[in-house]
Amino acid sequence: MNDVVICLFGAAGFDRSAQGLAGAGRKLAGECGGSSHAIIVGSGASALASEISGFVDLAIIVEQAELADYQPEPYLHALTKLCGDLSPSAILLGNDAYSQELAPRLAHRLKGTAVGDGVEVSLHNQSLRVTRQVYGGKAQAVIELRRTPGVVWLRARSFAPAPRRETAGEVTKATIEIKDDARTRIVERKREETGSARLEDARVIVSGGRGIGGPEPFTNELLPLADLMGAQIAASRAACDAGWVPPTWQVGQTGKKVAPDLYLAIAIAGASQHMAGISEARNIVAINTDSDAPIFRYCRFGIVEDYRKVVPLLREKLAALQK
Amino acid sequence: MNILVCLKQILDPEIPARDFRVDSSKREAERGTANLVTNIFCENALETALQLRERTGESKISVLSYGQESAEDVLRKALAMKADSAALVLNNGNPNPDPLTVARVLAAAIGKLGDFDLIMVGREAGDWGAGQTGGLLAEELGLPCVSFVDRIDASAGKVRLHRQTDSGWELVEATTPVVVTITNDEHNVPRIPKVRDVMMSYRQPLVQWTLDDLGLSEAEVDGKSYYEVVELVIPQKETTCEFITGDTLDERLDAFAERIVAVTSSI
Repeated sequence: MNDVVICLFGAAGFDRSAQGLAGAGRKLAGECGGSSHAIIVGSGASALASEISGFVDLAIIVEQAELADYQPEPYLHALTKLCGDLSPSAILLGNDAYSQELAPRLAHRLKGTAVGDGVEVSLHNQSLRVTRQVYGGKAQAVIELRRTPGVVWLRARSFAPAPRRETAGEVTKATIEIKDDARTRIVERKREETGSARLEDARVIVSGGRGIGGPEPFTNELLPLADLMGAQIAASRAACDAGWVPPTWQVGQTGKKVAPDLYLAIAIAGASQHMAGISEARNIVAINTDSDAPIFRYCRFGIVEDYRKVVPLLREKLAALQK
Repeated sequence: MNILVCLKQILDPEIPARDFRVDSSKREAERGTANLVTNIFCENALETALQLRERTGESKISVLSYGQESAEDVLRKALAMKADSAALVLNNGNPNPDPLTVARVLAAAIGKLGDFDLIMVGREAGDWGAGQTGGLLAEELGLPCVSFVDRIDASAGKVRLHRQTDSGWELVEATTPVVVTITNDEHNVPRIPKVRDVMMSYRQPLVQWTLDDLGLSEAEVDGKSYYEVVELVIPQKETTCEFITGDTLDERLDAFAERIVAVTSSI
């Protein structure tokens, strides 16, 4: 009853998110005085279990054919059954789209409470408390959950990984009866290439905003700069909504939440909804024509100038410095 | 096709951080000089519905809001954007009800409004951003739910939903009725209603219900038995920016490039 369960998808592998979740789960289980468990669903579950068992007491894997790839209804059914059997006090998930889709419904089926986008989760007088940003990152709230289990999806990458256990936890296999009555079915999946690594894991990000003015400068100016810096490329909501770049590039409250060492914001004003996505960035640097742009209030350093003048010259200078 | 779009009125999220205040004792944002607006993802949902109606012809779009009296403005604007009918459930209680309360109230109102093939909500709101209304509403209604949808096509008892994922997109086929949560995309930027339609919208009927009318008791929907906000603060995170100066652009860029390399080489 005091246990903590983390829910993972086999296909995602042992990424930073899984490590952060394992860390968060272990810490919370310690506070609750219970065990930490992992439920891993989908193809790749066995491989992920062999990694994750170094960090949890028990890993339950579900790898049957009907659950190989994510489908909303069967996955929700499987997690409800498995979590229900364990009756934990907390269920933790990552901040991927599937976890966000499942969390409230899982909570409802288990008669618990869901909270999303947590940056901190702890036990306070027998109740779970989750810290999260609200009002587009302008304020921070602490939310106390009134029902058990608490189903919380976290910004998993910003949680410290757990130390490895001395002996690996147990791994068991479960099979769930899946009825073929789903009213929804994912019939096609498409990956958009944004570069080699995931934006969330990038150390350096070059990002463009509304002031970029169109799709061409992203290709002709920002991409070469990003390549030169070994950076991932991203964009603000305004640039994505204008259709200049794909929505997968979006950083902000409703886009990707990133935590790079360097975030170079080019022609981005710094609306609070954008800042909400980069609150974990270690160094923010901006190029903007407006010295009063809000982005500069969060910058280590910046330059007030038209990016069209800055970027070509900056590429030259950086290339020279790299020689 | 019968389409319902749920709309939430919120404090304008575009107000600058320097003008934003919270009342930490009440754990609410202060209204200040900010406008009340329709949550952007709700407007994206309405726009997606309007485009679907334009393509399929015979659909009817109803809009529904649970909010304070001022939420009538959100519904009037939706009528001006050419929604067919509007209903408001008045919230005279907790101004920031928890997501389960909202889902229960909406579910009760939907039961009274009739049968819908498609129930649309925004993926989350720009104020509290819980992102739960769609999922919980689907559970309350016993319906499936598909999240982060940005385009919808309909044909005979089925819908094809184009939705965003972390790495790209997916196409989801669903039977109706279904609940979808809508996210933004270049195709569903909300239209601006014509001045004439805004004026006309105030002559259209608007259903108004209390919780009593829906057969819900205050105790069932107290707005805090799912979760409760116990703290609300504005974190101080601003820093002082060093502006790179110099006599010529070339000089400034030398300094700027060196500073960038200093950061990247320390990673």
